[in-house]
Amino acid sequence: MENLGSLAILLALCVALYAVVASVIGRLRRKPFLTVSGVRAVYSTWVLITLASAILVYSLMTGDFRFSYVAEHSNRTMPILYKFAAWWGGQEGSLLFWSWLLSTYSAVVVFTNRRKHRDMMPWVVGVLATVQTFFLVLNNFVANPFQMLAVDRLITAVPDGNGLSPLLQYPAMAIHPPMLYLGYVGFSVPFAFAIGSLITRQPGEAWIHTTRRWTLVTWGFQSCGIMLGMAWAYHVLGWGGYWAWDPVENASLLPWLSGTAFLHSVMMQEKKGMMKVWNIVLVSATFFLCILGTFLTRSGVVQSVHAFARSEIGKYFVTFLALGIAATIYLILDRLDYLKSEAQLESVVSRESSFLFNNLILLASCFAVLWGTLFPTISEAVSRDRISLDAGWYNRLMVPIGLFLLLLTGLGPLFAWRRTSLDSLRRNFQWPGVAAVVLVGALIAAGVRQFYALISFGFCLFVAVTVIVEFYKGSSAIASRNSMNIVRAAFELTHRNTRRYGGYLVHIGIVLMFIGFTGNAFKVNDVKEMNTGDTFNLGAYQLKMVDLRQGETPVYQWHRATVAVYKNGEYLGQLEPEKRFYMASKQGTSEVAIRVRPNEDLYLNFGGMSDDNQRAVIQGFVNPLVSWIWLGGLVLLGGTLVCLVPSKIKMQYARTEIVGVTKKHVAIES
Amino acid sequence: MKKYGKFIALIVVVVGTLVWLAFTGGTEAKTYYKTVAELGQMGDRAYGQRIRVGGDVEGGSIQRVGNQTQFVLVQDKLRLKVIYIGSDPLPDTFKDGAQALADGKLDKDQIFRAAKIQAKCASKYESKPGLAPGQAAPNINNGKSTI
Repeated sequence: MENLGSLAILLALCVALYAVVASVIGRLRRKPFLTVSGVRAVYSTWVLITLASAILVYSLMTGDFRFSYVAEHSNRTMPILYKFAAWWGGQEGSLLFWSWLLSTYSAVVVFTNRRKHRDMMPWVVGVLATVQTFFLVLNNFVANPFQMLAVDRLITAVPDGNGLSPLLQYPAMAIHPPMLYLGYVGFSVPFAFAIGSLITRQPGEAWIHTTRRWTLVTWGFQSCGIMLGMAWAYHVLGWGGYWAWDPVENASLLPWLSGTAFLHSVMMQEKKGMMKVWNIVLVSATFFLCILGTFLTRSGVVQSVHAFARSEIGKYFVTFLALGIAATIYLILDRLDYLKSEAQLESVVSRESSFLFNNLILLASCFAVLWGTLFPTISEAVSRDRISLDAGWYNRLMVPIGLFLLLLTGLGPLFAWRRTSLDSLRRNFQWPGVAAVVLVGALIAAGVRQFYALISFGFCLFVAVTVIVEFYKGSSAIASRNSMNIVRAAFELTHRNTRRYGGYLVHIGIVLMFIGFTGNAFKVNDVKEMNTGDTFNLGAYQLKMVDLRQGETPVYQWHRATVAVYKNGEYLGQLEPEKRFYMASKQGTSEVAIRVRPNEDLYLNFGGMSDDNQRAVIQGFVNPLVSWIWLGGLVLLGGTLVCLVPSKIKMQYARTEIVGVTKKHVAIES
Repeated sequence: MKKYGKFIALIVVVVGTLVWLAFTGGTEAKTYYKTVAELGQMGDRAYGQRIRVGGDVEGGSIQRVGNQTQFVLVQDKLRLKVIYIGSDPLPDTFKDGAQALADGKLDKDQIFRAAKIQAKCASKYESKPGLAPGQAAPNINNGKSTI
């Protein structure tokens, strides 16, 4: 069986390589049988990688500890879910998982487009199979998941494995990597179509129309993956936060930022034939950032001091990235004439311009995060001092960027295409503006003095009101015309143009998340060593240690504190933070206790025992509004799903003409 | 060309503000990564900078004095005395022989005062039988340290 696994990935490599060669030569020499065989090679690659993955998963499930991967990442006592999740729990397995996802995506793309784009498809297959080949090289020669344990040339098994790191044995963490990978890998598809269309000089926007759904689905998976990662950090790591600007977190954020920019700027190309070069650049950048993200998380290149783990795998990634980026730049430069814009910017106050600034800001933030993440490497190369930038640097930069972006979220959709008149500006922004100013005034009166928090709350309300007014205007028109009630009319409105109103829902999700982020400005935290009977004042809460126990299970040792929670003298209940120490992996974990309420979370972490081993170190946090982030994430995903539903009314976009989508726009132009 | 003037002006303002924000963060946001040996070579430049210094915890050097923990970081034969002044409990992995990262400042008395300690148990995977020699355990936790 071990040989079968290794054989399968080796064969898959050969077949993927064949797919590249056959598709490209078949297309260049116009030999249909070659291109068809290239397509079949894509399917065969999927079968082979699926076989290899099945063998690995089976070995993890049954505990075949002759495999070093199984011995490292599984053990006998783990629940079946985590045995399965061990597939992507370690380096070798997760790279195999990458390969498998890519082969699955490739097979689906090839199948759904089997009768379309005859001209372009061989190149799409070629690009996808090239990426596949790269990952299969890694699977075969750098991080082979089918490595056997051998002592004196005899294959042996260990009695039991190390098991998945206890920190990762958490439901959100088990599905976080697949979500993120679905997002990472998915951007290969729009990238492949973009390159295919560039090589064959496709007229029109075929590649954008074909990959719009892919991009949205992929983006949705990425958002979901990032949210799950935040939820995991918050619920498991016990430091009271959800985002630390850690290189690994940044790696997941980078392609999300450029992908978001891409989702917005393709609208410019679809509707106005503008920003063609830009879109190709963005989709390529997103794809390469996905590869870079995989590289950063897998190679240890940005981790702490030199002494900590570094891996050989980096060289392969750097080579692939360098070759890929060079080839893409050459292609774009070579075909600049084909990417000529069909329209020009006319006014600073227009939809086009708001897209331009949205892109500028997203790209700037992406660059800032990339700069910060690579700064240790950059500074080492320049001055031989390895310098890292801390969360304060990121916040200094990203808070204003985020706020500006939030403002654009409200402004952009209400600007008309081409130019917006002062009159319509006033009409559209009067009430949202008044509402925001009133809110900020009220907050100042209530004693809130944090500058950024005030701005953020003001912008949040502003955006929320603009979106609600848009929904209200549209649905009340439908309601009166078709004598429906307003709620049904809102559904009807959304169904008629799912992209637009789904997009608004996503914006509402972003607003909710920003409300949650802003809560961070009012965070309270403190640490206290406590014994039974001790009290601890934290913000408006009074905490009293009722009990402190310790014990042992076959898997871990634990300390648990029972803390009674009071607010203004009123008893609210008990929280039980716990500290565990897993014996197999010699690793400690925190089971934090959180009292979740819409206005704030009370978050207690059992930090450890004091030095004299008598008292518990309790870290307490009051985190205002955190739940709004998770709610916002759900709304964002819901909005993305709405965007995926086909619109009831097909929009006809007349190029470089007035786009009469709603009455409002017609009124402005006349 | 005139109509692009406004765009260019706006873009310059936005990008300029960001660049200004990025480069005026001062020294507060910067942390130098150094090994014990490199810290020695920095000389006077080392004082007052935020530094993250890495090395091994010398066996038997961990002492608790009152509320403070002292230990010695070693690299080859170079030693650095560290006093931990942070309030969070030390990580479970912090013990004799562990690889540790101390985040803090070097004072003129040649004592490194650390506000944060990260540690990684060096011998974590060595006791496992059957592992191929030299095979490193992959760090699946990817730097998400819990402190």
